[in-house]
Amino acid sequence: MKVIYTDVLIIGGGLAGLRVATGVKERGHNTVVLTLVPPKRSHSSAAQGGMQASLANSTMGDGDNEDVHFSDTIKGSDWGADQEVARMFTHCAPKAIRELAQWGVPWSRVQKGDREAIINAKKVTITEKDEAHGLITARDFGGTKKWRTCYTSDGTGHSMLYAMDNKAHEENVEIHERLEAISLIHEEGRCYGAVARNLMTGELVAYISKATTIATGGYGRIYSVSTNAIICQGMGQAIALESGVATLGNMEAIQFHPTAIVPVGILTTEGCRGDGGLLLDKDGYRFMPDYEPDKKELASRDVVSRRMTEHMRKGKGVKSKYGDHLWLDITILGREHIEKNLREVKEICENFLGIDPAVDWIPVRPTQHYSMGGIRTKYTGESQTMKGLYSCGEAACWDMHGFNRLGGNSVSETVVAGMLVAEYISDFLDSKDSDMQIHSAKVECFLKQEHDKLEALLTKENGEDAYVLRRRMEEIMMDKVGIFRNGTDLKDAVDELEDLLRRSKNIEVFRSKSRAANPALVNAYRTQRMIKVALTSALGAYLREESRGAHSREDFPQRDDENWLKRTITSWPDADQTMPSVSYEEINVSNMEMPPGFRGYGKDLTHHHPMTKVKQDSVDATRKKLEEEGLNRFEIQNALMPFMDKLPEKYRGINERLGENV
Amino acid sequence: MRDEKKPRLLKISILRFDPHDPEDVPHMETFEVEESDGMTLYIVLNEIREHHDNSLKFDFVCRAGICGSCSMLVNGRPTLACRTLTSKLGEHITLAPLPLFELIGDLSIYTGKWMRYLNEHLETWIHDKEKEVAFDKLEERMEPALADEIYELDRCVECGCCVAGCGTIQMRPSFTGAVGLNKIARYHLDPRDKRSDEEYYELIGDEDGIFGCMTLLGCEDVCPKDLPLQSKIAYLRRMMIKTSMKN
Repeated sequence: MKVIYTDVLIIGGGLAGLRVATGVKERGHNTVVLTLVPPKRSHSSAAQGGMQASLANSTMGDGDNEDVHFSDTIKGSDWGADQEVARMFTHCAPKAIRELAQWGVPWSRVQKGDREAIINAKKVTITEKDEAHGLITARDFGGTKKWRTCYTSDGTGHSMLYAMDNKAHEENVEIHERLEAISLIHEEGRCYGAVARNLMTGELVAYISKATTIATGGYGRIYSVSTNAIICQGMGQAIALESGVATLGNMEAIQFHPTAIVPVGILTTEGCRGDGGLLLDKDGYRFMPDYEPDKKELASRDVVSRRMTEHMRKGKGVKSKYGDHLWLDITILGREHIEKNLREVKEICENFLGIDPAVDWIPVRPTQHYSMGGIRTKYTGESQTMKGLYSCGEAACWDMHGFNRLGGNSVSETVVAGMLVAEYISDFLDSKDSDMQIHSAKVECFLKQEHDKLEALLTKENGEDAYVLRRRMEEIMMDKVGIFRNGTDLKDAVDELEDLLRRSKNIEVFRSKSRAANPALVNAYRTQRMIKVALTSALGAYLREESRGAHSREDFPQRDDENWLKRTITSWPDADQTMPSVSYEEINVSNMEMPPGFRGYGKDLTHHHPMTKVKQDSVDATRKKLEEEGLNRFEIQNALMPFMDKLPEKYRGINERLGENV
Repeated sequence: MRDEKKPRLLKISILRFDPHDPEDVPHMETFEVEESDGMTLYIVLNEIREHHDNSLKFDFVCRAGICGSCSMLVNGRPTLACRTLTSKLGEHITLAPLPLFELIGDLSIYTGKWMRYLNEHLETWIHDKEKEVAFDKLEERMEPALADEIYELDRCVECGCCVAGCGTIQMRPSFTGAVGLNKIARYHLDPRDKRSDEEYYELIGDEDGIFGCMTLLGCEDVCPKDLPLQSKIAYLRRMMIKTSMKN
């Protein structure tokens, strides 16, 4: 029995996982990072367009601050987000980006003087302030009031991840590559680490830790077409679920990005539209202003994806053998801009479509992109139900995105949540509360259980083909749990997924019987888990009889705050269950700084919560009174919904900003 | 439509070997796959795994030419498989793992270990002992053009193609390779890194570093990110000679 002991086990070597690792290391704790692939190849590297942080350096960001970022984030979430968490996030995003600047990210900078930009299909001249010269600049993204998305060309995630991984090298963070966590080790509601499988040798290893962090990203690959890397299969959520103790939040909240290329589903960044690109239909007609006259192409992602789908349903899509699509036109931006600020997009167009985006339109359609749902945590990143288990980044439902994430808020979340959760974990480790005792027999039992499961897959006869089950699951999610949803299809999806789950217990790994590196074996056990994850998502969507953010029910078009202002919580307490258990967590209007309102897209169909009006009046009255008393924006905010005391002390400082306090 | 051409039948020959199987020896195996529109080697290899041989090992992560995982020899030339369209190749395609890296099996190689050693050895991070972390304050300024120039070199994806395409490293396995030299050029350019020319000289001022390069420049030919490796190697060599003369 191979056992490795560490203070903090981190599962996942992307931005979030690495930021937790360097953070706990700095506080003097040991850590081991388990990763499927070299950390620099994690899906974080694929984030193109940028990271939101309210620095307000660029002229188009004038007047931006934490309050505006907070309000954009809450509106974007369709009031599904945890407002305290969103406050903590917007307060720390400037700190995270400045820290990364010190660690080497070559953020694109403000050039003083005039520059040309495209806004609403027209050339305009923007004059950048002299005093902002050389500070971090920002571009426009959807659903934001200010230009707030900081970037390095369109390789933002790549640059952040490289700086982060290099920092981890500097700190001597121990990284165990090509190791896959396949089960959490736990007893009586306390997590003690994980069983991991070495993907090169097949060896099973028990990692025993005082704190365990899951930072494995999203579960986009339960869909047949996704912008996600192929490793984003939801295995972090799955092992949490299989513990029977940890819970998942809002698994039905799935984002579709408007502009992935057809047919392969590779992303072209929202920066294309942020920088002035347009969406056109089969007639070359710019249709978004007809649907969303105010924000047009830069409405929130869920809105643009729905409008595109609506427009294609009207027969305005471009026919192709891969189904209908629309056009993304960035020719208007000019070759120089594309080759400097949209280089990855250019490479993708050249290599996968054989077109030059400075001349040709790009075939695009909305495609699965982001998982708002994930392992449900407290604001500290700790599971609400399993002590010592933490999660952050896309893997978690922390929950700052609610039912729709804003572009640029995901990489931002990874590093902000990473730096905060590292502190909370360190506090836990420094306290008596983290003391632990676990019998070696118990550890052995977990190892044996996993060993037996793998052997069963390899020795089964006359079983099911994992690929067949997986492809069917992917199709069901694509066809029935998509952008527009309805009760009939969702019921079908749930029933059929349940059937697939039963069949998946009988999977056989055909021919390829190696106990070492064996892609067929990996596919077999991951398929079993992916079907469970898919079920939590489909069932959550079926039960949620309203439309909120990216969850859009054609049979329930209203956002129903009275009945559905709550998070879907799923768990799997008994391994023999063929369906997850579901419960709900209320989101309390009376605790909100920003009570539910209208997002400003289309017609207002909201069915309001009876408390909303009362709370709004009280917020308005408090604000008015305090403004009259001459209190500043921090003091007023604090009176409405205090959050500072929740932050680690080192992160409570006021952010410097040009024109405000510099 | 009548005039649609019959799709080609591709012959994919793959160098196969499972180092964990004592019975196995390296051998070529050929699979036939019907070509489809817009087909990439990512699609080809997954089709082979799903329908012909589920034990076939290879590495893809982003499958979008961004992460650098899927470098392999395609008809003898190092490149990223995910973004290689079959339409640009002949009917018979040979695939082999990148040489020089530890083999995990078939087309799967352990680049992570090699790159990790490289990064640790060259200390590819910002060195600034004086600096105190100050995340509440306005960030330090940088000239916009300089930031762009650093990003240009920061675009390396550690795919290992330059290493596989390097003539020098074939003879001197301890050679840093273009990937490492480019990283030094990147940090040297970055004013946030306070290392002196002498400190850089310590890292690459020998035959395993800049003076080992025979200027064959296979690296520049095969770099999937079109990094300016030739000019950066030339620049580093001039700088290192200057530094050595100074001392």
